Amino acid sequence: MMIPIQDFLLLGALRFGLGVIGVILRRNVLIVLMSIELMLNAANLTLVAFGRARHDPHAHAFAFLVMAVAAAEAAVGLAIVVGIFRNRRSVNLDELTLMKH
Amino acid sequence: MILTLITFLPLCGALLCMLLPREEEGLLRGTAFVTALATFVASLFLLSGFNPHGWSFVVDVPWVAALGIHYHLGVDGISLWLVLLTTFLVPIVLLGSWHSINKKVREFMVTVLILETGMIGTFLALDLFMFYVFWEVMLIPMYFIIGIWGGDRRLYASIKFVLFTMVGSLLMVVAIIYLYVRHHELAHTWSFDYQELSRLVLSPHEQLFCFGAFALAFCIKIPLFPLHTWLPDAHTEAPTGGSVLLASVMLKFGTYGLLRFAIPYFPDAMAELAPLLSVLAVIGIIYGSLVAFAQKDMKKMIAYSSVAHLGFVVLGLMMWNVKAIDGAIYVMLAHGISTGGLFLCIGVLYERRHTRRIDEYGGIAAVMPRFAGVFLIITLASIGLPALCGFVGEFLVLTGTFGAYATWAGLPHFFAHPKVLALFATSGVILSAVYMLFLYQRLMYGPITHARNRELPDLSRREVMVFVPIVIMAFWLGVYPSTFLRTIDPAVDRTVAAFKIKYQAGVQATDLPKMLPEIAASPASPEGEEKR
Amino acid sequence: MTAAFPLHLIPLLPLAGAAFALLVGKRAGKDAVTLVCLGVVAAAALMAFYAVYLLHGQLPPGGSLTDAFFDAPWMKAGDLEVHPGLMLDRLSAVMVMVVTGIGFLIHLYSTAYMEHDEGYTRFFGYLNLFMAAMLILVLGDSLLVTFVGWEGVGLCSYLLIGFWFDKDANAYAGRKAFVVNRIGDFAFLLAMFLTFSITSTLKYSDMGGVVEALHAPLWFGLPGAYFVGILILIGCTGKSAQIPLYIWLPDAMAGPTPVSALIHAATMVTAGVYMVARMHVVFEVAPATLAAVAGIGAATALFAATIAIAQRDLKKVLAYSTISQLGFMFVAVGSHLHGTSNYEAGIFHLVTHAFFKAGLFLGAGSVLHALANEGDITRMGGLKKYLPHTRWTFLIYCLAISGIFPFAGFWSKDAILAGAHAALWPTSPNPGGAEIWFAAHTGQILYWTLLAAAACTAFYMFRLYFLVFEGEYRGTEEKKHHLHESPPAMTVVLWLLALGSIGIGLLGIPDEFGSRLDRFGDFLSPVLQAQARVETRSDFLIGAAIALSVSSAAILLAWVLYGNGFSPRVKRFVAAVPRLYKTVLNKYYIDEIYDVLVVRPVRWTAIIFWRAVDSVLIDGTINLVALIVGGIGKLVRYLQNGDVQRYLVGILVGAAIIFWGATNWTARQGAKFIVTQHGHEVIVTAAPEDDLAFRRLRFRVEWEGGTYTPEQTATIFTHHYDKAGKHKITVEAFDPRWGTHATVSQKLVIK
Repeated sequence: MMIPIQDFLLLGALRFGLGVIGVILRRNVLIVLMSIELMLNAANLTLVAFGRARHDPHAHAFAFLVMAVAAAEAAVGLAIVVGIFRNRRSVNLDELTLMKH
Repeated sequence: MILTLITFLPLCGALLCMLLPREEEGLLRGTAFVTALATFVASLFLLSGFNPHGWSFVVDVPWVAALGIHYHLGVDGISLWLVLLTTFLVPIVLLGSWHSINKKVREFMVTVLILETGMIGTFLALDLFMFYVFWEVMLIPMYFIIGIWGGDRRLYASIKFVLFTMVGSLLMVVAIIYLYVRHHELAHTWSFDYQELSRLVLSPHEQLFCFGAFALAFCIKIPLFPLHTWLPDAHTEAPTGGSVLLASVMLKFGTYGLLRFAIPYFPDAMAELAPLLSVLAVIGIIYGSLVAFAQKDMKKMIAYSSVAHLGFVVLGLMMWNVKAIDGAIYVMLAHGISTGGLFLCIGVLYERRHTRRIDEYGGIAAVMPRFAGVFLIITLASIGLPALCGFVGEFLVLTGTFGAYATWAGLPHFFAHPKVLALFATSGVILSAVYMLFLYQRLMYGPITHARNRELPDLSRREVMVFVPIVIMAFWLGVYPSTFLRTIDPAVDRTVAAFKIKYQAGVQATDLPKMLPEIAASPASPEGEEKR
Repeated sequence: MTAAFPLHLIPLLPLAGAAFALLVGKRAGKDAVTLVCLGVVAAAALMAFYAVYLLHGQLPPGGSLTDAFFDAPWMKAGDLEVHPGLMLDRLSAVMVMVVTGIGFLIHLYSTAYMEHDEGYTRFFGYLNLFMAAMLILVLGDSLLVTFVGWEGVGLCSYLLIGFWFDKDANAYAGRKAFVVNRIGDFAFLLAMFLTFSITSTLKYSDMGGVVEALHAPLWFGLPGAYFVGILILIGCTGKSAQIPLYIWLPDAMAGPTPVSALIHAATMVTAGVYMVARMHVVFEVAPATLAAVAGIGAATALFAATIAIAQRDLKKVLAYSTISQLGFMFVAVGSHLHGTSNYEAGIFHLVTHAFFKAGLFLGAGSVLHALANEGDITRMGGLKKYLPHTRWTFLIYCLAISGIFPFAGFWSKDAILAGAHAALWPTSPNPGGAEIWFAAHTGQILYWTLLAAAACTAFYMFRLYFLVFEGEYRGTEEKKHHLHESPPAMTVVLWLLALGSIGIGLLGIPDEFGSRLDRFGDFLSPVLQAQARVETRSDFLIGAAIALSVSSAAILLAWVLYGNGFSPRVKRFVAAVPRLYKTVLNKYYIDEIYDVLVVRPVRWTAIIFWRAVDSVLIDGTINLVALIVGGIGKLVRYLQNGDVQRYLVGILVGAAIIFWGATNWTARQGAKFIVTQHGHEVIVTAAPEDDLAFRRLRFRVEWEGGTYTPEQTATIFTHHYDKAGKHKITVEAFDPRWGTHATVSQKLVIK
């Protein structure tokens, strides 16, 4: 049985929405980073779904690229979070407003 | 080849200075000075083998061929003396700033030398792209000179300077690109070439906009009343060397640009706007002189006097006859010498007392007799006393204005009638005496009112070396103008002739815009001259 | 006929002397400076006299010696080509002799007068510089070269008036002189421009050939010569201290006394008279300008003479006297008769005046020398005992300036009075009443004004003489001890000038007393074509008798009132008219009036321009623009709160808006339509602009409630309405790509 593409897209959209909500609403930087991973994964899922539906291997390749970026981003992001934590003893986003006007 | 050498020798010097250690201040000063002096010596070679009847020492190498950008340098009678003025003044400025600049010496030397490259390049560029590049190259070093080595309000002054200048030059670059595109539409080749673009005759409407854009950039730089308010601030806050370069060379880019680009490119617009600009120039002469008279700060006074002097230049350019334009160029040179000298004189006082207020001085002539003599000569040169540099140029501008044809440019208004303009402009002769002698009297004569002034040392040997060349040039320009006019006159003659051909072509044509065939650079026939 | 002669050496020698004194004078020492500076002036004088000898002896009467400065053109710009040069004709010959001769004497005098001054070398440097400039002025062959000298002497005057610059008043006087002179120079410059634009030449020798151009009407139907003449006249009033620009000369007395003698009495101030004579061609074309010259001269002569009567400062009296005497010369060069003017008398008076006025100043210098610079004549008196040479020479000068026979002033003043009396101006073809009256009476008015001025002159000069040399000494005891006659270098000069004041007038005895007696007039007439003397011997005798009796009466009055100090009558008179006395003493408050009318308005305009226009108007406008930009920035920056999550919300909202806009854009644009109506037949054209994007749209038209044309890709729809009335047409566009749609409706009336 073929699972219709709409299901994949719906799942992707849901996960993306969850990611957005997480990024916007959560205060902890780690959770925010994880939510970003969620959004990237949603995008990956959508890419792969389209790739399969249209029999286009480029989309798969693109998904790999996104994964690599996600990994790098996670590494750099975590490093920054650790750096911030060392400096400020906090990973609460509400307190990290140094760029305020 | 020699032009490339002159243009980039200072830049090489700047690179060399960057490599030298920061602490070796004497070595840095020496390197910069020797570079500037070498540039001056190299530029003297321009005088031999110079052809007054066309472009000399032309270098033309494709740079970005696909876009029609060429590395194109050349010199004619108009730019020749301005280049020499630049190379002449930079070593003097460096010598004059020997002790007064003592923080960030390396950076200062580098900045001044880069500035010199920019200035020389702007005078020599025959490709509008190159011109614009050099034009902007000049801006940044001057910003740093004012902003780093300036007085108390240096930040305000430097930002004001940059903003004013940028507003103008951005509009200018738009106009340059417009010309470039228009030229491509008509000639189907991409070119920024000066001669090539000058063949383009735009419709009167387009001319007005493009002339407006060019003229705004240049008039801010000149500065023409009422766009002059950046000048007093920039001059006042800049260090002595910066003031000298700003007044003596950089202001000339405005008038040079008008003469080289704005006027010949857009004759129709020029004819339309000449009355307005010449009235503004005359207002500038009187207004600048009067405001100078009211100043309490000696540098501001000289700055406003520049507004008045440059008013003469613009007036001369707007009359569009050979005499007046010769005079305008001559005033540019003379102003470079006399106002540069004045700023150096004030620098001498400032170095000793660290104040620019006029009422802090008085009676200096008694303690510094040598300085008093030099200052007097330069003051008189600025007033325009015959046999000193100021007179010849003003005389030519005013005669040219007085004899200008009243009707050729359709000057409609009473106040824009050349004879009326000349009448008002001549009153500048009285006013310049009023404020300059006021300054001289308040600084040098009278009893010594401040105890500290009693101790001031007279000019040192280094300072004498700074002033001797300036005084010599002030006399030379005044006593034997033929040296300079011999090369200026044919170039101006050619420019005027080309302008008239283009103006006629524009007036008669119905199919504008169009390209003219190569404009013959033959000298104007004697009948072409303004005769009554 | 012209001949070449190295005339340029005459001004260049003093110039070299000036350069020597100013550049290396301090190191070379006083003696070297004295030697060089006097030597070059003596050499210049010898050369000048030799040149005049050549001119007089070798050339025909109208000839001149010429010399060019440069072989190549000095300046070539367009149609202007200048070959500056020098020219010695008989007019400049007279001037050159006066300048070098009197100049040398005053140099000699100064060696003693300035001996103990700190600025000795500087003084001689400036004095030599002045000689050079003055010689360039008188030798210049064109307006331009003359102007170089003209400005040069102004500069030297400035430097020498402010010579003792440590006093503010002196420096101020120097500046005032320069600025007022510059007002005149402004007119001179304009005259030069106008001359060039009319005649295309600035050379004096060409002026005779361009008379026609000068005659041509320029503005208001008047010949160009009128305007040139008036402008030159204004220039001359500046340099020669005439109304309205005379105000600088009294203040100029702040300079050392030899300077007052040389510059402000004998040479520089006479440049205006010289210029009028030099430009005689122009003035003759425009006789009315000569009337203006004469009128200004007469007014100044009387006005300044009345001021001189009440002054208490020795040098101030002499200054006003100089102004007054220059007025006499102006009247002379302006006295028009038969197409020419009485130039010869003006120049003659210039020469005699140079002797006796230089003498008066030097005599005053000798007095000041003895009194340690005490200049107040109320504290002098009885000096004849202590200063015998000064006293006798001073008396001679006073007699000369008062016009007493046979001293020099008698002859020259008589020539002026006779010329003024005979002066006659032509009238226009249809003269009005006033014009006829003026043409007939101007000469009379000038004559009587001058006679009154001459009376005043005799009175104030002898008032001065009596108060200084006669009567009892009124100063302090301490100064009395130091009274001494001046050293020989000074007294010799005084006697030489006195000899001149006696003898020089004999060169100008009118021809009526024997042919070729008027050697001076004969010498000048080839250049100036001055009017022939029209008077008969009896005319001359009557005129001389009137002038002499007036002067003698004035001297007598001075003797009565001041013969032995101030007589009580003077005090009573002063007490009787206190207002008048005060007004005259304060020089009619002219300086104050100028201050209120000119100086203050200029200063206030300057301050208003700076404070109001520059700082408020221009910078204000610019700052306003900056303020607006800054204000917007300030408002916007509150959005920048540093909270990443809010930024993200912003991004999302923005993205949503853009997405919505982008997807609906095509449909909304495509739904727009045009209605064409033919009676009941209506045509609707949807998406009238042809755009590729619109081709994918599908349209549905609702004609009235419930009547549709169903969805289709065509864009033109027609419909026939059955009944008249108002209808509403609605076009709905579907965009299949985005699944969006938009509707546009329009009302329609069917008749």
